[in-house]
Amino acid sequence: MAKYKMHLLVCGGTACHASESERLLDTLKTIIADKGLDSEVQVIATGCFGFCEKGPIVKVMPDNTFYTQVTPDDAREIIEEHIIKGRKVNRLLYLNPESKEHVSDSKHMGFYKKQLRIALRNCGFIDPENIDEYISRDGYEALAKCLTEMTPQQVIELMKKSGLRGRGGGGFPTGLKWEITSKSVSDIKYVVCNADEGDPGAFMDRSILEGDPHSVIEAMAICGYCIGASNGLVYIRAEYPLAIDRLKIAIKQAREYGLLGNGILGTGFNFDIELRYGAGAFVCGEETALIHSMEGKRGEPTMKPPFPSVSGYFEKPTNVNNVETFANVPVIINKGAEWYSAIGSEKSKGTKVFALAGKINNVGLIEVPMGTTLREVIYEIGGGIRNGKKFKAVQTGGPSGGCLTEKHLDTPIDYDNLIASGSMMGSGGMIVMDEDDCMVSVAKFYLEFTVEESCGKCTPCRIGNKRLHEILDKLTKGNGTMEDIDRLKNLSKVIKDTALCGLGQTSPNPVLSTIDNFLDEYVEHVTEKKCRAGQCKALMQYTIIPDNCVGCTACARNCPVNAISGERKGIHTINQEVCIKCGACLEKCKFNAVVIK
Amino acid sequence: METIKINIDNKIVEVEKGTTILQAAKKFGIHIPTLCHLHLHDLNIENKPAGCRICVVEVAGRKNLAPACVTECMDGMVVNTHNIRVLNARKTVLELILSDHPTDCLICSKNGNCELQSMAQEFGVREIHFEGEKSTYREDTSPAIIRDVDKCIMCRRCEMMCNEVQTVGVLSAVNRGFMSVVAPAFEMNLDHSVCTYCGQCVAVCPTGALTEVDHTNAVIRALADPDKTVIVQTAPAVRAALGEEFGLEPGTLVTGKMAAALRRLGFNYVFDTDFAADLTIMEEGTELLDRLNRHLNGDKSVALPILTSCCPGWVNFFEHQFPEMRDIPSTARSPQQMFGAIAKTYFAEKLNVKRENLVVVSVMPCLAKKFECQRDEFKTNGNPDVDYSISTRELAHLIKQLNISFNELPEEDFDHPLGESTGAAVIFGTTGGVIEAAVRTAYEVQTGKKLQKIDFEELRGMEFIREATIDFDGLPIRIGIAHGLGNARKLLEDIKAGKSEFHAIEIMACPGGCIGGGGQPLHHGDSSIIKARQKAIYAEDASKTIRKSHENPYIIQLYKEFLGKPCGELSHHLLHTHYFDKSKEISVVE
Repeated sequence: MAKYKMHLLVCGGTACHASESERLLDTLKTIIADKGLDSEVQVIATGCFGFCEKGPIVKVMPDNTFYTQVTPDDAREIIEEHIIKGRKVNRLLYLNPESKEHVSDSKHMGFYKKQLRIALRNCGFIDPENIDEYISRDGYEALAKCLTEMTPQQVIELMKKSGLRGRGGGGFPTGLKWEITSKSVSDIKYVVCNADEGDPGAFMDRSILEGDPHSVIEAMAICGYCIGASNGLVYIRAEYPLAIDRLKIAIKQAREYGLLGNGILGTGFNFDIELRYGAGAFVCGEETALIHSMEGKRGEPTMKPPFPSVSGYFEKPTNVNNVETFANVPVIINKGAEWYSAIGSEKSKGTKVFALAGKINNVGLIEVPMGTTLREVIYEIGGGIRNGKKFKAVQTGGPSGGCLTEKHLDTPIDYDNLIASGSMMGSGGMIVMDEDDCMVSVAKFYLEFTVEESCGKCTPCRIGNKRLHEILDKLTKGNGTMEDIDRLKNLSKVIKDTALCGLGQTSPNPVLSTIDNFLDEYVEHVTEKKCRAGQCKALMQYTIIPDNCVGCTACARNCPVNAISGERKGIHTINQEVCIKCGACLEKCKFNAVVIK
Repeated sequence: METIKINIDNKIVEVEKGTTILQAAKKFGIHIPTLCHLHLHDLNIENKPAGCRICVVEVAGRKNLAPACVTECMDGMVVNTHNIRVLNARKTVLELILSDHPTDCLICSKNGNCELQSMAQEFGVREIHFEGEKSTYREDTSPAIIRDVDKCIMCRRCEMMCNEVQTVGVLSAVNRGFMSVVAPAFEMNLDHSVCTYCGQCVAVCPTGALTEVDHTNAVIRALADPDKTVIVQTAPAVRAALGEEFGLEPGTLVTGKMAAALRRLGFNYVFDTDFAADLTIMEEGTELLDRLNRHLNGDKSVALPILTSCCPGWVNFFEHQFPEMRDIPSTARSPQQMFGAIAKTYFAEKLNVKRENLVVVSVMPCLAKKFECQRDEFKTNGNPDVDYSISTRELAHLIKQLNISFNELPEEDFDHPLGESTGAAVIFGTTGGVIEAAVRTAYEVQTGKKLQKIDFEELRGMEFIREATIDFDGLPIRIGIAHGLGNARKLLEDIKAGKSEFHAIEIMACPGGCIGGGGQPLHHGDSSIIKARQKAIYAEDASKTIRKSHENPYIIQLYKEFLGKPCGELSHHLLHTHYFDKSKEISVVE
């Protein structure tokens, strides 16, 4: 990086990519070249900055200027004003929503202030397709340290002391997993990286692989050294083409540098990595299902024990860790277990990446120390609820997590607290809901997902979840009974109690947590046939308040099914049997005469 | 052996390390209900996907209930198999299964013999609390097996049989979630697949999802037709199992009662496939000795080992999967088909009945026989040598339907001439029996000496692959035996690799041989039943005065009057066959 005076870091993550960041990158490069600045200014496509809400992002180094929502048309101005004349382009800077002032440095932005980026440390800073940039930020130092200064047992001890737990959702202590696999006796062992990120809306693993693939490669090699494996496999969704490309480039470069292959760094340690593609089945993120899928079998889980650490890929001891877990490893080795375990809460150490989404101002990817409260995440990092609406719930842990409410806002986020509150960490999805969200519909939505993604092997998940979904559907259509609510509760408990794998055991969580926290909404759907959020169409009724109606006929003229009748300047009425509840009348009425009941 | 102590339902018991909760419970008289689990101990076959979740129990300290079938006992473990939490979970899971099951039990072919139905009865299910959508699939009818997939409960037993035991690989789980079901790839029909019709899937299916094609009505119609002469042949393994359908102890021989029942059903002649088994030995034994002697004399064109060919599932298997080796099996037709061919020529002539008016029914422990008798090469001018093949189970239905009190029947004999048989023919019903019968005859023909000992214990048993060397008066003859197609595959691959040193190999598609056939009364996972049938078969053999096929006087008479000599011109036409390369006969689209 040394020979350039300035760097323009352009986000090449998937969200910014979708907002034309690639054309922006090309435009910047062309103008820089036209102006003969290409020996002084380097334009780099980086991984995700996380602040997807405000993408595409361009960061100017070394002055740390953070431009948001940059379009290709803004390229010339950035170069001519900022690069050449040294004047920042104010209109592209982030506007603090409270002080209404422009913020130039991301460090002073609410979105980043509370964040601590360990797993995402290089995302947005380096060119993921250039191994030298990874190396320049201490890359592969941890691997070198392990291979030349430490025994596998010492590395495992360090990992155990660090307190790192599996970030894929299970939360199993990583060091302990490595130790168990290292003790399994076998001629061949495997290190598997679980990159089958399946939670809807979660994209931390993809961002890491797109933005910092070498951190995962390095960690896999370290794991291989610890457990005595020379084969690494990355099970990655075929729907992640960019991550696959970058991973392939990174593996190739690592091989060229002798960081993968035989005799790594001149030691006797051999390790190499191959890719295996998943076809997008959610359940294949479960480690036994993942292994079966890699073996070419139907992606279905099997009972544990035996655990993969003892008998995994083709019955050989296999250590499966998630992408984010691996991304933490090199830093822990470099900075030490004490440094890492000082971050976080008592039983959950370090940081966690969350995909923040829903009715929140700052949508994006964040990384915070364990123990940060939901309130800090939602209001300080997330910038609060969109359009000034009222917070209702936050759903954590992906489709099988639970919905937490106002009373949980000050709960420090960690594995154990989330479970105690009726939700879970999962892979780190966090969806914020406001008063317009119907909690019965929310539960139904998640069940739709788990019904779709069930592998069909065990009865409770295959049929039970289907029945849960059917009962929820019945409630949202106004046909539910109070017995149905009891049935939901009993069935949910039995599914949790009897399902084979994590998917089935957690899939009723959205139902149970919404019943626990929003029972009154369920009851309303049954007894009053009412959906207070106005989301259950079958329960809605559009009516006209006679006192407010002036007889302008706007509603009647815009009704697509001629459900509204009334004379000009006379009071209008809606025929409920014809009405399809499209809402056109409500939208067109200028006199607040149309209301939803 | 290390033992551990567990507390199960407040009883402290000691079990071997590695024992599952299910096994431990059983040992101490606690019956934990199971549905997907299947353990055929004597055959070392086990299915435990832990998918149905019926067998869940509470293990103290665990968050979730544990499936007893796969959860190993740990020292100090406290297990409760019937508290309210467990009972509620089990009943809810059962209700869920029933909520996606056609409740047409009264008209289901498995009515009264269905494990799901029995369980609903035991659990006292009187209401299904979860009404909802039912998964529906297309019904699939093949020449032998019907798949009524709506009744599939995803226990995966058939899949395990088809893939692990038989290595046929037709059935596996397809689709996902609520729509998942066990089916051939792309949900094709069975007759578009490499299915061998061995029927082992049917033998283990707990519900009515897999059943045989029922020919009982066709048989009743034929019996009622005054223009037809209807004759019946019964396979050796049927007599050792039919009694189970009438509440008799497994292993009860009902040969005489069966003959009596068949006569009362209205068959004009009650014959025995055993007669044709003796005939098979004459033909196959002669072929064996011919190939053996030519080989010993240095004729390189002769392929050894010779493989038996009486099992139609096995024939289908190699035609599909090893077509390049189809010159190795004997060309001798199966006893069922030899019987049909002789019946519709020799016997029809004797009766002076046209073959079109002679209906041959076979009672078989087998479903592949239904397919075999429909093969074109076993027809003359479109008229099959065997018209209908019904299973042991179908015969039991016929007997019940025609008001025959089976257990009160007298013992009767078969009719002549196609009803006389030897002990050698009876043992065709079990693994190892065909080759033992062949050895009894081949030894005497080859050496010209009388056997000192007729029982070849070294060829008997339940081991999946067995081998023995028989001393043919100084000439060591190496015999191989395999039952279960997966084991047959192993021997075939050895032959293919040039590693086989056998002179002759007997292969049976079904584990246990015909006694464990797909058409037999359902064992419901109790493999001791198959063993009991085997014992009965050997008992019948031992009770016979004539125990070597070539000594059967009616066989001698048949050759004298009609066939001439074994493997002669007429035998070649009537009693031998040829095989086809069916490896390309699998269509991918319907």
